[in-house]
Amino acid sequence: MPSDLVHLYMRIDHLPQIWCPGCGNGVIMRDVAVAIDELIHDEDNPIKREDIVIVSGIGCSSRAAGYLDFNSIHTTHGRAIAFATGIKMANPRLHVIVLTGDGDCSAIGGNHLIHAARRNLGLTVICFNNDIYGMTGGQYSPTTPNGDKATTAPYGNVDRPFDIAQLASGAGASFSARGDIYHARETIEIIKQAILHKGFSLVDVYSICPTYYGRKNKKGDAVEMLKWQRDNLVPTARYYSMSEEDRKNKKLVGILSFNDYPEYTEEYAKIVAACRKTKKG
Amino acid sequence: MYGRKKLVIEPAWCKGCGICAAFCPKQVLEIRKEKVVLRDEEQCISCGLCELRCPDYAIYLVNEEE
Ligand SMILES: Cc1ncc(C[n+]2csc(CCOP(=O)(O)OP(=O)(O)O)c2C)c(N)n1
Ligand code: SF4
Ligand code: SF4
Ligand code: SF4
Ligand SMILES: [Mg+2]
Repeated sequence: MPSDLVHLYMRIDHLPQIWCPGCGNGVIMRDVAVAIDELIHDEDNPIKREDIVIVSGIGCSSRAAGYLDFNSIHTTHGRAIAFATGIKMANPRLHVIVLTGDGDCSAIGGNHLIHAARRNLGLTVICFNNDIYGMTGGQYSPTTPNGDKATTAPYGNVDRPFDIAQLASGAGASFSARGDIYHARETIEIIKQAILHKGFSLVDVYSICPTYYGRKNKKGDAVEMLKWQRDNLVPTARYYSMSEEDRKNKKLVGILSFNDYPEYTEEYAKIVAACRKTKKG
Repeated sequence: MYGRKKLVIEPAWCKGCGICAAFCPKQVLEIRKEKVVLRDEEQCISCGLCELRCPDYAIYLVNEEE
């Protein structure tokens, strides 16, 4: 008998999921379910369950769309944001949430990511960022740190990595944030704000892949990888209370940028309304 | 304030990753034969941190009366 939360929001006949022991994906998927549950039950934010759409691409992380019990669609590798764009344009009232991997959204799907951000289309993108291609056996991704090892970088990665949250923000996203597995409660709050945000919102959630990234880089097991997050990732309030010296080598998790650029479907609707008026007149 | 909650473990779903046990503030959980066990129910403070970070939803709190 699983918990009420799992009963309510997951397809329990598909559980337990097939992810490896200690894989961060399960924690992020639960964060998303809790965030939605809390928004549905918050009287100030009338979000209806039937208005939520979950869209994913391909990868270990993208399997989350199959486990979560909402209107959901598991699409093709890299194209989750493209499918989500169609859904949002067809029915702007929907809360379209894209669950994607670092490879899915910043390698093969990188172009979709920057253009959805540039348009400020009202999607919420949650990146399960484990710094690797998990599903296909540990090839380096655009977020694999420089010098780290991967199946395709046996002597160390020559590339410099993307910071996906900064990439989205630079491309025009009006909400950009980071979360992680260890600070799950803080990450749930960030996901709630991202869902409520009208324009394009992105949350880059630092995940863990103990099986490939962890093993290849001698990062220890899932517990060791979470201890690293605890000791190196710092939520906003604490981060800004730290001295500059203490902040060195630490990374902020929290909302990085936030503004009220016009949202794409609203601007599009204005054009449609204006054209209808001229036609009639 | 809410009442005390009871900890439930679903051994069939537990993959023995050890995350819950490592970060339990009261250190009342342990992994035996690749499954989590609650060593001392009295010491559990129902904080829910194990449930929050369990990737497999194998450990969670329920209200006592259930
Ligand atoms: C068009 C296409 N190219 C390549 C693949 C093979 N492929 C499947 S998943 C994946 C990468 C997954 O990495 P990521 O998005 O980071 O997800 P993770 O498995 O790490 O969660 C690749 C290259 C594919 N399925 N389709
Ligand atoms: S390979 Fe990595 S990302 Fe995929 S399920 Fe295993 S731990 Fe998770
Ligand atoms: S509820 Fe808190 S104290 Fe109790 S087992 Fe879980 S983490 Fe430990
Ligand atoms: S975190 Fe979950 S899966 Fe991992 S040992 Fe604890 S109960 Fe088992
Ligand atoms: Mg990945």
